[in-house]
Amino acid sequence: MTDVRADATAPPDRTAVTGRRRRGRRGRGEQPMVPDASFQSYYGRPVLKKPTWEARDIAGYLFLGGLAGASSVLAAGAQLTNRPGLARGAKTGALVGISGSLFALVHDLGRPARFLYMLRMVKPTSPMSIGTWLLMAYGPAAGAAAVSEWTGVMPRAGRAAALAAGVVGPAVAAYTAPLMANTAVPAWHGGHRELPFVFVGSAAAAAGGLGMVTAPVSEAGPARRAAVLGAALEVAAAKRMARGMGLAAEPLHTGRGGSLMKAAEILTVAGAVAGGVLGRRSRTAAVLGGLASLAGSACTRFGVFHAGVQSAEDPKYTVRPQRERLRDQ
Amino acid sequence: MTDTRDTQPRMGFFTDTSVCIGCKACEVACKEWNAVPGPAGSAGLNFTGDSYDNTGGLGADTWRHVAFIEQRTPPGGQENIGSTVDLGMPGMPGEHDRSEFRWLMASDVCKHCTHAACLDVCPTGALFRTEFGTVVVQEDICNGCGYCVPACPYGVIDQREDDGRVWKCTMCYDRLGAGQEPACAKACPTDSIQFGELDVLRARADERLAQLHEAGVGDARLYGRDPADGVGGNGAFFLLLDEPEVYGLPPAPVVTTRDLPAMWRRAGAAAATLLVGLAATFLGRKR
Repeated sequence: MTDVRADATAPPDRTAVTGRRRRGRRGRGEQPMVPDASFQSYYGRPVLKKPTWEARDIAGYLFLGGLAGASSVLAAGAQLTNRPGLARGAKTGALVGISGSLFALVHDLGRPARFLYMLRMVKPTSPMSIGTWLLMAYGPAAGAAAVSEWTGVMPRAGRAAALAAGVVGPAVAAYTAPLMANTAVPAWHGGHRELPFVFVGSAAAAAGGLGMVTAPVSEAGPARRAAVLGAALEVAAAKRMARGMGLAAEPLHTGRGGSLMKAAEILTVAGAVAGGVLGRRSRTAAVLGGLASLAGSACTRFGVFHAGVQSAEDPKYTVRPQRERLRDQ
Repeated sequence: MTDTRDTQPRMGFFTDTSVCIGCKACEVACKEWNAVPGPAGSAGLNFTGDSYDNTGGLGADTWRHVAFIEQRTPPGGQENIGSTVDLGMPGMPGEHDRSEFRWLMASDVCKHCTHAACLDVCPTGALFRTEFGTVVVQEDICNGCGYCVPACPYGVIDQREDDGRVWKCTMCYDRLGAGQEPACAKACPTDSIQFGELDVLRARADERLAQLHEAGVGDARLYGRDPADGVGGNGAFFLLLDEPEVYGLPPAPVVTTRDLPAMWRRAGAAAATLLVGLAATFLGRKR
C-alpha cells in the first residue's frame, strides 16, 4: 500500500473520471458524469489523424494548379481569337502556376527524393496518382506553350501545345476536389458532390483575375467574363455545398477556415464587380479587381484546407454524424 | 516462393477487451519486436494526466495502444444483479459510488480493413495487401506523400516526422511468414489479443458474445466483426463493453473510396463546365 494520506479512513479524494468528457470542457480534474446523449469521446481526443500536409504547400498547390489549368483554357481561346496580350499573360501564368505547383507537391513529400515513385503505377482509386499523370501530361504542354510564346522558337508546335494544355487544363483544375474529398476528413468528404464546382469556379475566377491584370483592357473581355462567371459558380456552389454538409459545414463558418471562406466570398465578388464590370473602362479597376479575384481564389483554397483540418481535430465531426446515421438506419 | 493465394486463409486479430487487464505488454512487445522508436524530440516520456494511458493513441510510433476508461457503472455492466444486501455495517460517504465503478481497458490496433482506404489512396503502391489479407506499408517504397493519413477512418496510420514516411501495424508480417503469431498476441497474458484465421476468430467471438450476454453483460458488443459494414469488416476486430466512441473508435466508419466513382463523375462534369464556360467567354463581341 502506498496510500499515505493523513486520514486513512477518508474516501479517496478523487472521483472516477468517465472518459465521456464533452469536448470544449477542457477543465482539469474531475468531470461529473452527465450522460451526454449527443456525443461521447475518448478524453476529447480526435478520432482521425489530421492531415500531415502543410497549408502553404497543399492549399497553395490547389490555388496554383487551378490558376494554371483555367489559364491554359483562356490562353488557348485567346490564341484562337487573336488576342496576343491575353494569350501571353495566360500562358505565362499557366507555366508559373504549374511550376509552383510541382515545387509545392515535391516539397510536401516526406521523402522528396522519392517523387518519381509516384510514377510506379496508374491507380484510379487514388486521385493523387491520377493527378500526377495529369500533371505529367499538362506540365510539359503548358511549359512548351509559354516558352515558345516568349522565345518565338517553334511557333507552330508552341501553338499546338497551348491547345493541348487548354484541353487538359480543366482536368487539372477539377481533379483536386476528389483529391481532398477522397479522405475521411469530414469537411472535405462531406462536400464531395459540390467541391469540384467550387474549385473550378475558383480556378476560373483566378485565371480571369490574372487575365485582367496582364492583358490590355481591349483584349481582356473573356478574362472579365471568366472572373464574373467563376465568382458566380464558386459562391453558389460553396453555399450549396455547405447546406448539404450538416454538422461538417460548421468549420466552413467558424475559426480560421470560416474567416478565410468569408474573406474568399468578399474578395471574389469584389473582384468580379471591380474587374468584370468597372474594368471594362478603367485599367486601374481591372488590375485591382484582378488582384482581388486572385486573392479570393487563394482564400477559398486555404479556407477549405483549414476547415478540413479543423474538422479532423475535433471528434464531434466524426462521431456525431456517424451516430446519426446509425440511428436513422 | 509458392503461390499461397488460394490456400492461405485470411489472418486476423480478435481483441476481447472484456479480459484486458491493461498491462500494456502488447505495447511493449510490439515496440521491441518491430524496433519502433519513441516519439522524436522527447525522451519518449509523455504524461497525459487523464488516466493510466500515457501513450495517447495509435500513430507512427505506436502500433498497439491500450485505452483506459474509468466509469461509474457496475463492473461488466451487470445491470440485473440487484443491489447488495444491507448488513447494517458502518459505512463511509461515497461507498455506494465506489461499488458502481468499472474500468474499461482495450488494446487498439490497425484494423486491417477489408476495404482499406489507406491502400486505395496510396499513389506509389507502397501500401499493399499481403497473402495473409493484412495491409502493410513497404518502407522502401513510401515517399511520404501522406495521403493515407487523412484517408484512414480510424486515425491509425501516421507520418514519422524525422523520417517522412508513414508507419503502422504490419500484424508482424515477418513473424507470420515464419509461422509465428504477432508479438502482441504472443505477449498478451490473458488472451485478450487472439490471433488466428479470421473465420475461426469470428466464430469464437460470436460464442464469447453469447456467453457474456448470458452472464448479464448486456453492453458487450462486437466491433468490426460485420463483413457488411462500411469498410467490409475488419481483419482486426474487437469485443467492446461500451459504445465504440468511448474507446476513441468511430461508431460507423465508411471507406472514403466508396464515394469515389461519384466524385470522379462530378469532377468530370465540373471540368466540362469549366471548359465550356471559359470557351463561352470568347463568344459575342470582340473586346
